[in-house]
Amino acid sequence: MQAVMNSCNEPVLLEARGITKHFGAVTALEEVSLQLLAGEVLGVVGDNGAGKSTLMKVLSGLIRPSGGELLFQGQPIYFHSPRDAHRAGIEMVYQDLALAGNMPIFENIYLGREPGRNVAGLTVVDRAKARRLATEHLDRLHIQVTSVDQNVEDLSGGQRQAVAIARATAFDARVVIMDEPTAALAIKEVGKVLDLIKRLKDHGVGVILISHRMDDVFYVCDRVMAIFRGRNFAESPLKDTTRNEVIGWIMGTKGHSAALAHDKVH
Amino acid sequence: MKALLNRLPIETYVVAFTVALWIALSLTAPNFLSQNNISNMMRQTSIAGIVAIGVTCTIVIAGIDLSVGSVVAFCGVAFAQMCGHGLGLAPAAAITLLAGLTVGLINAVAIGRLGIPAFIVTLAGLQVYRGLALLLSGGMTVGGLPPEVKDFARGTAALPNLFWTMLAVAIVFHYLLRYTRTGRYMYALGSNAEAARRQGINTFRITLTAYVMSSGLAALGGLLLVSRLSIASPSMANAYELQAIAAAVVGGASLFGGRGTVLGAVVGAILFTTMSNAAVLLSVDPFWEMVLEGLLIALVVYLDNLQKRRQSGA
Ligand SMILES: Nc1ncnc2c1ncn2[C@@H]1O[C@H](COP(=O)(O)OP(=O)(O)O)[C@@H](O)[C@H]1O
Ligand SMILES: [Mg+2]
Repeated sequence: MQAVMNSCNEPVLLEARGITKHFGAVTALEEVSLQLLAGEVLGVVGDNGAGKSTLMKVLSGLIRPSGGELLFQGQPIYFHSPRDAHRAGIEMVYQDLALAGNMPIFENIYLGREPGRNVAGLTVVDRAKARRLATEHLDRLHIQVTSVDQNVEDLSGGQRQAVAIARATAFDARVVIMDEPTAALAIKEVGKVLDLIKRLKDHGVGVILISHRMDDVFYVCDRVMAIFRGRNFAESPLKDTTRNEVIGWIMGTKGHSAALAHDKVH
Repeated sequence: MKALLNRLPIETYVVAFTVALWIALSLTAPNFLSQNNISNMMRQTSIAGIVAIGVTCTIVIAGIDLSVGSVVAFCGVAFAQMCGHGLGLAPAAAITLLAGLTVGLINAVAIGRLGIPAFIVTLAGLQVYRGLALLLSGGMTVGGLPPEVKDFARGTAALPNLFWTMLAVAIVFHYLLRYTRTGRYMYALGSNAEAARRQGINTFRITLTAYVMSSGLAALGGLLLVSRLSIASPSMANAYELQAIAAAVVGGASLFGGRGTVLGAVVGAILFTTMSNAAVLLSVDPFWEMVLEGLLIALVVYLDNLQKRRQSGA
């Protein structure tokens, strides 16, 4: 297959073109476009209600857009369910984590994709294998839990976040989308998540990180784009912008408003 | 058994309470340990247990099935009428079971596709199928069944046939719920429906499975009850849905969904059977028995609530 290149001649992994999404009378997204390269960490910022989560749910096959198209490695792709996105190697860590509280860690990691064998038309889950794979995977991620048999509802916020990330990385993902993965974490746990993002990047995975924390964005991202009221607002390689400029974008201001933005935030 | 003891303390208490009740009864009621009484309790437990296993499936997915008592009666009456009109036993039983599965299909479509709350759908079913049972029987008891029907419930192979039937159902459903994807998806759906959907699980298919299991087992319960009573009455299996829900909940199922086991439902059914047996043997006023059972259910639901709050508040 011929690689699809962006303007700087780098291969584009995932692209959204002119995505529009209406919820009844509400227009959550209007003609939003996005490109993600392999091995790139793209920061997506925007105010509450800007449409970030909705855009990511479109990319992960959970929401079907009202308009626009998705391309994976240059080919148009249609997701009818998150399963289709999973098959393409697109994984998402949801803002609300989407874990089943009274199920154990290992079952949450493999939920919907349990290893098993077919017996009389039913899939019998190989629980021993799932348990072993989950333990090995958590070890690789340097995530410590007492046992993979612990129910998710008995875990701390940071551990739950880790389980959600483990789920998104258990299947050789090509693209990992993380919606506010550090919002509820203690400082030490934030560092772990950001380091994990760097490791994914080193393995050639494209990562989209939604975050309100400028520290996170400026620590791991290669590029940052801002969404304002459901539209593309601004975008820049990280090295060509500043925290204050990005904070200004979040509030819908461009140009010489750095000082003003700073005043508003603090 | 080990899994049971490791899990919710509530289930452990239920087992302990039941065993304590048995010990107390064997000391105070001389008839309790008689072969006759034990076989009788086993037969009674079997039908209650089978219906409770089905209802547990709906509770696990955070639903409910209030229609099972009426479905038992409707299917029982339909079976008796078909036998009475000269249809062979096997075809009559097959059609009855098929009717049960259809009831589950209708419930699932109303709940999963039309979005009507399970409580409302199955409450309507409770009326509808009782009404159909009355219509089919003309409000009369249906008798004159072939002797084989009666013989099945009377028969024993070391243990009563009915008890073997429940054991078989329990083993199959325990395996289904615990080890198959479908079973695990039932727990996932009940635990966090949105999470299940986001992992690409076909939530309607799982809802359908749970309600078909529930109505299907209620239909089986109808066949067995007719066999046990050797008649079919449109008013039989009254309040079975409450007994079944109570058994499931006492056995550790949570009305919030995501929790509940086949083993728990069977243990719950055994407890309630023991309680009503105790009431008979000790000549407790049946009205008091109802009051005590009601209080027990309230206590267990309260404990369930308490635990839920502790978890979400932690
Ligand atoms: N399922 C939905 N139904 C209706 N409106 C929605 C739904 N999801 C999101 N919205 C609306 O779309 C807009 C964007 O929301 P969201 O994507 O969650 O924003 P963000 O993640 O940037 O905070 C908001 O106005 C929100 O209320
Ligand atoms: Mg959001």
